Amino acid sequence: MSDRSSRVLVIVPAWNEQDNVGKTVKEILDIDLPLDVLVVDDGSTDLTTAEASAAGAKVLTLPFNLGVGGAMRTGFTYAHRQGYGAAIQVDADGQHDAADIARVLDALASVDVAIGARFAEVGDYQVRGPRRWAMRFLAATVSRVARTRLTDVTSGFRAANARAIEQYVRYYPAEYLGDTVDSLVAALHSGLRVQQVPVSMRPRASGKPSQNPFTASVYLLRSVFALSLALLRPARLMEAKKGPA
Amino acid sequence: MIVIFAIVVAGALLAVVITLLLQRRLREKYAALWLVIGFLVLILGIFPQLLGWLTTVLGVQVPSNLLFALAILLLLGVALHLSWELSQAEDEIRRLAEESALARAEIQELASRLDALEDGTGPESEGAA
Repeated sequence: MSDRSSRVLVIVPAWNEQDNVGKTVKEILDIDLPLDVLVVDDGSTDLTTAEASAAGAKVLTLPFNLGVGGAMRTGFTYAHRQGYGAAIQVDADGQHDAADIARVLDALASVDVAIGARFAEVGDYQVRGPRRWAMRFLAATVSRVARTRLTDVTSGFRAANARAIEQYVRYYPAEYLGDTVDSLVAALHSGLRVQQVPVSMRPRASGKPSQNPFTASVYLLRSVFALSLALLRPARLMEAKKGPA
Repeated sequence: MIVIFAIVVAGALLAVVITLLLQRRLREKYAALWLVIGFLVLILGIFPQLLGWLTTVLGVQVPSNLLFALAILLLLGVALHLSWELSQAEDEIRRLAEESALARAEIQELASRLDALEDGTGPESEGAA
């Protein structure tokens, strides 16, 4: 058994990403850092598992689709049980530039959670309409809770140190939007420090993201709902923690 | 009197749903329908004349008939939603049972191969079975 506390686990949640996952894994493994890649195959019906292990990743195959939140929960539990010192989430679709992984991980020297953020004056990622308003609103509100400027709280490009992994294993919501916004607010409420690192986002390597105005409006409403609940929760969380500790 | 009762019932329903949500004992997807029902009852409780107006607009004979019809419709929706979710959950449990049976068979196979190796009889002399 090698000591894993000095190693980093790269968690790649993947759902039907057979065309992108192999390339993403290879790019990550090419980085000159002590890291292991864990692909969590979220109930794919294609060759995601085979492509990922062929590229050299460890693969956890979920029997059915749990959503990004559920996949990340599985990944964080694995990181915790194996004793990794840090974990970073990287999307399988190639949106996250593997070259930025080192920069996001560097931020963990001073904080517990580091977020690779779009709209932070780097790159040319474009979002319009209700989806943009939702992102603006979420960013402004969570920034106030964090007492630091966060511009992209729904970013899936985030790193966590051992302390944050422990908190995520205790509570990591699998609900829609919960995996990004709710988990971040819960981390802040339990006293973890959060910082953002500006990164550029590349367009998806294949497939296209949804930009339909109706789904974007529903997204706005659901994000307001999820965020209000997350913000209302702290008092209870703190009470619950006082008990056993 | 009935107005106050409706408002109290709606308020209690909303309070229970929101408390359960905050304690994470109720998931958002189930809460949504109950919140909608709670708000509808609350609105009808505060503006009871709304029901009378709706009754004439829709051509229903008695306001209470409309109320019962609406209540049955909403509860039908909730029941259907729950049946659908339950079917999905059963399907997922079935798949988990399959996975666990397969995993157990694999572990047993590995354990017996390991036993054979430790007994000194090589896998090629005994076979993997």
